[in-house]
Amino acid sequence: MNKIVKRCLLAGCAVAAFAAVVAAPTVAQQKTIKIGFVSTFSGPVAAIGNDMRNSFELALDHHGRKIGGLPVEVIYEDDQIKPEVGVQKTQKLIESDKVDFLVGYIWSNVMLASLKPIVDSKTFTVITNAGASQLSGELCSPYVFSTSWNNDQTPQAIGLYMNQKNVKKVFLIGPNYAAGKDMLEGVAATFKGEIIGRELTAWPNQLDFSAELSKARAAKPDAIFAFYPGGAGIQFITQYAQSGLKGQIPLYTAFTIDSLSLPRLKDLAIGIPGAQHWVRDLPNDANKKYVADFRAKHKNDPSFYGSQTYDAVPLLDSAVKAVKGDLSNKDGMRRAAEKADFKSVRGNFKFGPNHMPIQNFYLQDTVKEGEEYRLKTVATITENDQDKHWQKCKMPN
Amino acid sequence: MLYLIEQCLNGIQLGMLLFLLAAGLTLIFGIMDLVNLAHGSLYMLGAYFAATFITLTDSFLAGLGLGLVATLVAGMFMEVIAIRPLYGRDHLDHVLGTFGLLIFFNELVRLIWGPEGRTISLPPEMLTAVQVVPGIYYPLYRLIIILATLSVAALLYILVMRTRVGMLIRAGASNREMVGALGVNIKLLYTLVFGLGAALAGFAGMMQAPISFVQIGMGENILILAFVVIIIGGIGSIRGAFVAAVIVGLIDTMGRAFLPDAVRLFLSYSAGSSLGPALSSMLIYALMAGVLIFRPEGLFPAVGK
Repeated sequence: MNKIVKRCLLAGCAVAAFAAVVAAPTVAQQKTIKIGFVSTFSGPVAAIGNDMRNSFELALDHHGRKIGGLPVEVIYEDDQIKPEVGVQKTQKLIESDKVDFLVGYIWSNVMLASLKPIVDSKTFTVITNAGASQLSGELCSPYVFSTSWNNDQTPQAIGLYMNQKNVKKVFLIGPNYAAGKDMLEGVAATFKGEIIGRELTAWPNQLDFSAELSKARAAKPDAIFAFYPGGAGIQFITQYAQSGLKGQIPLYTAFTIDSLSLPRLKDLAIGIPGAQHWVRDLPNDANKKYVADFRAKHKNDPSFYGSQTYDAVPLLDSAVKAVKGDLSNKDGMRRAAEKADFKSVRGNFKFGPNHMPIQNFYLQDTVKEGEEYRLKTVATITENDQDKHWQKCKMPN
Repeated sequence: MLYLIEQCLNGIQLGMLLFLLAAGLTLIFGIMDLVNLAHGSLYMLGAYFAATFITLTDSFLAGLGLGLVATLVAGMFMEVIAIRPLYGRDHLDHVLGTFGLLIFFNELVRLIWGPEGRTISLPPEMLTAVQVVPGIYYPLYRLIIILATLSVAALLYILVMRTRVGMLIRAGASNREMVGALGVNIKLLYTLVFGLGAALAGFAGMMQAPISFVQIGMGENILILAFVVIIIGGIGSIRGAFVAAVIVGLIDTMGRAFLPDAVRLFLSYSAGSSLGPALSSMLIYALMAGVLIFRPEGLFPAVGK
C-alpha cells in the first residue's frame, strides 16, 4: 500500500516538475511587477490604510491594472503602527516576496525603522505619507522618492497663516514621536509671535488630553496649534470641544481634520483651519477624475493620504515606461522619476534634489454641503515650497 | 491655584475610571483568589456593547444601560464556562488561562466588529464645560464620570458592608470552606461576584469610550494601571482600591502637568518636552515599588485574611 502511495506521489511530482519546466518560458515573457505595500490596516487608524489602499487600487484601475505596460501584483502588509512590525514586514517583502517596488508608510517612526533594509537592498520605494526630516536630509537615498511632504512644511504654512491672523501667543500640542516633534518645530520656524507652551503626549496610547488642555487654558494663549493624525485627531477635537475651549481659544491644526475624520467630527470641525498640499476640490483634470471616481466607488471624499498614494502609480508608471520594462535598470528609473513627468492630482510639481516634492500649500476649511461635511480650499499659503533640509542631503549621482 | 484645582479634577476623574476597573479586579482577586488578566477584555466588551446598543437604540443612556446588562451576562457566562475549572489551582495556571481568554476575546471582537474600532459620540448637550467654582470651567462629561463613579462606589459599599449578599461575600473571602459547609451556594456566589466585577469593568470601558476610542486591546494598558492600584491599595480591599485609584490618578495627571516644566528648570526646553512625559509615566511605578518595599500588604490590607 505504502509503495503505491509513494509511487503516485513521485509520479505527481514528476508531472508537476515537467509542467513547471514547460510553463517557465511563458512566465518570463509575461513579467509581473510585484509591489509591496506597507500601511496600517488594523486598530483605530485602519481607516487611513484602507483609504490609501482604495486610492492605490483606483489608480491601478485608471492605468488598466498595468504599470509601464506590465501587469501588477500588490502585496498589502499591516504595520500595526509599530516600528518593529513595520521593519519586519518590509524585510519580508524584500527578502521572501522579492518585490520590485515598495509603496506606502504612514508613520515617520515606522518608515525610519524600515529605511535600512530598503536602502541596503536598493529597493525602489515611493513613500506616500511619512515625511520625517531625516529622509529629506541626511538619510536621503537614490531610490527612495516621496509623494508627500516633509513633516514641518505643513505646520510652517500654518505658522505663516497664524501671523496673518495676528496671533501673538500660541500653545503647541502634539504626540511624542518623530513626526510630532517635526510638526512643532515647523510651526516654530515660521511663527513670529511667542510660543508659550509646548506639550508632547505619549504616542500612540495616550488618548486623554485633559491635563494638556487644562494647561493650555491656564496659559491663556491667543491660539492653540495641534497635530493629531487619525483617530487621535477625533479625540483631540472632541475633548477640545468638551472642555468648552472652542468658543474661547481658536485651534489651528495640521493633519488632524481630514475626510476620514469629518463624518465623525461633523459640526465640531467647522471653524478649525488646517493646511494641506492637496484638497479634494483642487481644479485640475487629474484630480477631478480621481475624486469623482473615488466618490462613485466609496461614497465619500478621498483623504490626502489617498491622494499621495494615488500619485505613486503614475510616478512608477513613468519610471518603468522610461526603461521599457527593464526593472534592473534602477538608475534609468531613478532619472525618469526625478523628472516628475506625470499628471499629479495636486497639480504639477518638481522634485527637489532629495526626491521630496516642491509644491504649494493651501489653507483648508470645513464646509457643510447638504448633509455632508467636506473640506474646501480657501487660499494658497505658500507657493513652490521646498523643505529646509535638502542641503543636508548628499545624494549620490 | 485655579489651575491646580482643575488638574486635581482631571486626576480624580482618571482615578474614578481606575477605581471602576480595580474594584472588580480586587473583588475577584481577594474573594475568589483568581488572577484575572482578561479583566481588560471585559472593559473592552463593555465599550463595544455600548457602541452597538447606542447605534441600535439611538439613545446614549439606553445604550449604556443595555451595554451594562450585556457585559454582566457575558461576564457570568465567561465565569461558568472558562473560569470555574481554574479555581483552587496555581496562580500560574490562572495567568495562563486568562491570558488565553484575553487573546480569544481580542480575536472574537475582530470577528464580530471588525478591526477598525468605533467611536461613541456624546449627545450635543454634554459637549460643554460647566463652571464648578467661579473661574473654573470643567468638561461636563468628565464631571458626570466622577459623579457616576462616586455613586457606584457608594452602592458597592452598601452592597458589601450592609447587605446579606455582601456579608456572604466577605465571609467567602475569609473562609470559603466554612461558608460552603454552612449551606451557602458558593458557586453561585462566585458567579455573581464575577458578573459584578465584569459589569464594573464594562461600565469603566463605556464611560471612557466617548473620551477615547473603542478598539481592540483598549483594556490592556489600563489593566496594568488597575493592577498597580490594587497592589498599592491592598489586595481584596475595596476601600484600598478607591484610595489608591485616586492617588494613582492624581500622581499620573500631576506628573503630566508639572514634570515637564520642572525638568525644564534644570535642563533644556526640548529635554523637558520629551523627558517630562517619560518621567511622569514612571512615577506611579516608583510609588508601587515603594509600597511593596515598606508595606507589602498594601495601604489598606483587607481584614480577616
